[in-house]
Amino acid sequence: MIKKSKLRGEFFMQGDIACAEGAIAAGCRFFGGYPITPASEIAERMAYRLPLVDGAFIQYEDEIASMAGIIGASWAGAKPMTATSGPGISLMNENIGLGMMMETPCVVINVQRGSPSTGLPTSWGQADMMQARWGSHGDYGSISLSPNSPQEFFDLTIVAFNYAEKYRLPVFVVTDAVVGHMTEKVVIPPVEELDIIDRKYTNKKPADYRPYDPDDDLIPPFAKAGDGYRYHSTGLTHDERGYPVMSEECQRRCAKRLVDKIKKNADDIIITEEHDIEDADVVVVSYGISSRTVIPAMEKAKEKGVKVGFLRLVTVWPFPEKQIRELSKQIKGFVVVELNLGQVVLEVERCAAKHAETKLVGHPGGGMHKMDDIVNAILEVANEQ
Amino acid sequence: MSNKKQHILEHPMDDLLRMDRIPHIWCPGCGLGSDVAAFADGLKRAEVDFDKVAVVSGIGCTGRVAGYIKLDSYHTTHGRAIPFATGLKLANRDLTVVVFSGDGDLFAIGGNHLIHAARRNLDINVICVNNFIYGMTGGQNAPTTPLGAYSSTAPFGNYEAPFNLVGITAAAGANYVARWTTVQARRLSQSIATAAKKKGFCFIEVVSPCATVFARKNKGGTGLDLMKEFRNRTVIDHKADPTQIPLTMDDEIVCGEFVNREDPTFWENVQNGIKDQVEKNADWEKIQSEKNKRLYKKTLKYEGSRDIG
Repeated sequence: MIKKSKLRGEFFMQGDIACAEGAIAAGCRFFGGYPITPASEIAERMAYRLPLVDGAFIQYEDEIASMAGIIGASWAGAKPMTATSGPGISLMNENIGLGMMMETPCVVINVQRGSPSTGLPTSWGQADMMQARWGSHGDYGSISLSPNSPQEFFDLTIVAFNYAEKYRLPVFVVTDAVVGHMTEKVVIPPVEELDIIDRKYTNKKPADYRPYDPDDDLIPPFAKAGDGYRYHSTGLTHDERGYPVMSEECQRRCAKRLVDKIKKNADDIIITEEHDIEDADVVVVSYGISSRTVIPAMEKAKEKGVKVGFLRLVTVWPFPEKQIRELSKQIKGFVVVELNLGQVVLEVERCAAKHAETKLVGHPGGGMHKMDDIVNAILEVANEQ
Repeated sequence: MSNKKQHILEHPMDDLLRMDRIPHIWCPGCGLGSDVAAFADGLKRAEVDFDKVAVVSGIGCTGRVAGYIKLDSYHTTHGRAIPFATGLKLANRDLTVVVFSGDGDLFAIGGNHLIHAARRNLDINVICVNNFIYGMTGGQNAPTTPLGAYSSTAPFGNYEAPFNLVGITAAAGANYVARWTTVQARRLSQSIATAAKKKGFCFIEVVSPCATVFARKNKGGTGLDLMKEFRNRTVIDHKADPTQIPLTMDDEIVCGEFVNREDPTFWENVQNGIKDQVEKNADWEKIQSEKNKRLYKKTLKYEGSRDIG
């Protein structure tokens, strides 16, 4: 029967579709979204797949509703997702804050396009990186993953669901129009072989249950609507019972835990990929599609005698501060390659400030870095006294 | 202490209220207390399983309702209670989902969501407390403020035509549309019970007194004076055309159950739509794999098997 159907095997698949299949494999059973280039294919695939696996698909009236809707669906116990691009994320940001405050597991896909504003709808960029971190008002820890191929778009969508369920928050997969629209080989393993994490449900009786009473890992166990717990959840500053309390002390406890739960678990969340880092003089830092332009540039710089390594950020947020700090003590400098005019480079600069130089190879989007620009930046950093 | 406690009788609504959060934040003379009592009474009349009822509110005075009702309750962002409730309902179709919010929340900032939820005929109930003004923020103009009424952002009298809430919702496609004032508490709770049992989008407008800001700015007296005025101005007419009964400063307040139809809900339409498809696509996995193999072969021939790093 189709209801059990999950794909497996080797496919020649578009990135957006791989993302949708990753979501289905991870157990996503609710999608609320609004059409936007270049993310619409995700919604289209979910519209086709979800009704057949007993899930619910709804095309909302806008992105604000989409984000509010997936939070609602999560409280009913579903693993929910929405997918959009920069303008949609701008609209979602208030409710992303609600998801953070209510500690609601859900996944938000951002297939970035050229920006700001309407920008380049059919073209690409990586200028929403800081927005993914700081988009909604207030202090909160947040997680963003950045795939650089359709295969990784599939894999990281599953990881995003796992993080969302484990740490109870909206998790971003921040990719771009190239990865979203590119078609490549995607291998989908049998569902049994996938590592799927589900949220931790409370085992307390309704009378003893306090919805925001965290365990030692700073994550409160979940209770879904309809199970008789009759709890309250609010976007207001709240105590362990979920009741609003307008005191400084409660604000400190409430906001601080949202930051700490990600900070303290950063080592578990951060995924990076290293190439030739040992004994490198220059390390290139990149993520998403721009990381694919780095490899050939690296080879060329090596031919010119530079010892160059490559650190790819698969997890961009939380930022791998520790790793950059340690590397900065061993090397001359970093070259940051990204499709914006300087966002993640600020974080590298902050962590490397005392020990190593940081150089940006930026690009406003709508095109790709010229290989020579990256090579020249590597040479400049290597040759500096 | 313990002696004192023995003399406190249990209120019949206690099991549906969060008594540990009383006293509430609403002003003396506000209609919300009565509206919440009517809601609790309505749920009891409907004999629904309380564990399967979820209440969702937005922001504002009425937005605080979710915090006082002892059910699964969610206090969301301004205007977004309906899309939140939509997600809740579609992800667990066994729930009875009630949105309890104010006129500003549901019809100004959240207006688009309301008309689309009514258009889809989603199986949720919306109780809209209409007090003609933004109370929580100090008496600013609302999309329901009658022409000529004063508010803190209409110091010379309101010059914007207000929305007729029942008219819009009926036109947008709701299955059930009613209007009552806080004075008709029994009829209101009966309406709430009807909606709790009914499929599709149910909308109940509750015209409710705001003594602190609306009455003060418009020389309406106390909350009780407003209630008396509502009683005197109310005309019950179930046959009235909901699009023809706007609310003004002094004309009749036409109340009643204006719409009561049985159109299929969003989820019923989804189920009808996919019934045949589920069978047709039984071999979906196989079809996809074969289609994909053909496509993959073609492309390999065309591009060569270049491996990208």
